[in-house]
Amino acid sequence: MVMTIMMLTLPSRTFMEITEMPVSLAHYLVVSALLLVMGVFGIFLNRKNVIVIFMSIELILLAVNVNLVAFSSSLHDLVGQVFAMFVLTVAAAESAIGLAILVIYFRNRGSIQVEDVNLMKG
Amino acid sequence: MIANYLATGAFYVFAAVLLASAAMVVTSRNPVYAVLFLVLAFFNAAGLFLLAGAEFLAMLLVIVYVGAVAVLFLFVVMMLDVDFAVLRSGFQRYAPVGVLVGVVLLAELGLVFGTWTTSGLAQSLRASPMPDSVTNTEALGRILYTDYVLLFQAAGLVLLVAMIGAIVLTMREKKSSRHQIIAKQIARNPADTLVLVNAGLGEGINILGIRRPLPPPGKVVHGDHGHGHDDHDAHAPEPHVHGDH
Repeated sequence: MVMTIMMLTLPSRTFMEITEMPVSLAHYLVVSALLLVMGVFGIFLNRKNVIVIFMSIELILLAVNVNLVAFSSSLHDLVGQVFAMFVLTVAAAESAIGLAILVIYFRNRGSIQVEDVNLMKG
Repeated sequence: MIANYLATGAFYVFAAVLLASAAMVVTSRNPVYAVLFLVLAFFNAAGLFLLAGAEFLAMLLVIVYVGAVAVLFLFVVMMLDVDFAVLRSGFQRYAPVGVLVGVVLLAELGLVFGTWTTSGLAQSLRASPMPDSVTNTEALGRILYTDYVLLFQAAGLVLLVAMIGAIVLTMREKKSSRHQIIAKQIARNPADTLVLVNAGLGEGINILGIRRPLPPPGKVVHGDHGHGHDDHDAHAPEPHVHGDH
């Protein structure tokens, strides 16, 4: 299925063809879109397991990074890579804080079920 | 030409393994396997970055994600004694909703992809075009420490806040640990802690029964030198009290 989507040729459009990239921008965008969808799917699938939800968020941010790098490479503009670095930084900080919260939550409640998180009755 | 074919083949391999391992991350039964597949996914994403010419980011991905974040996940998964079978319940119940949302999202992305074009002006609007004949890392460093130095420092602050936050959140107060209580220290005054005693001659420290346990009789062995006593005798029957002289 992945292959068939990738085989789809794009309609002609005004790409700036600076492609020394052997692989076109469209390939990267398809991979990134599929990765993002997989991350979102993972969040829905593992509604109770907050660790896997964190991993799914990591996958989504990875998809964003693939997009940024692909555009950066296709446009020959370095800002995309700088921005991808900042996304990486924030993602690392987010997972560190999230896992710390998870650890103290487990320490207090003895479980990490997301559905138990209703103390605040939000 | 052959290099092009090689690169295309490598792209398909990396992309296929990346997507397959991402699928395994979200569906695997054991979270430890999920973390390991996450590592595999990050490795393959690093391969994709390499193909796109972003070598520095590829190395960063391997070092930061595989080296730090994935290991953090692994630690947490293994440290918490969680019954993962309970967490898996409702897997089938939520799957249709997930598939629905995923399909809708994919369709929307496809729509965006089908109608999107690049502006002709994009070429002239680039903020920092890649310089020729400079490696990716050097080019990134050149703009990171000049044009984007404020953002760079802000990213450092974000990491600092995350570090302090994680430490503060997970630090446990132990009953046995002895902390410095600054308020108590400041509130001390001499009247509470000092006793002035008018000791008689030769009684010295003995009258208070304090401060320093007297050595057991007969165990006092002095060297011949080194204590500064002129008149000591090593076989004195009475306890030898320092400070009498």
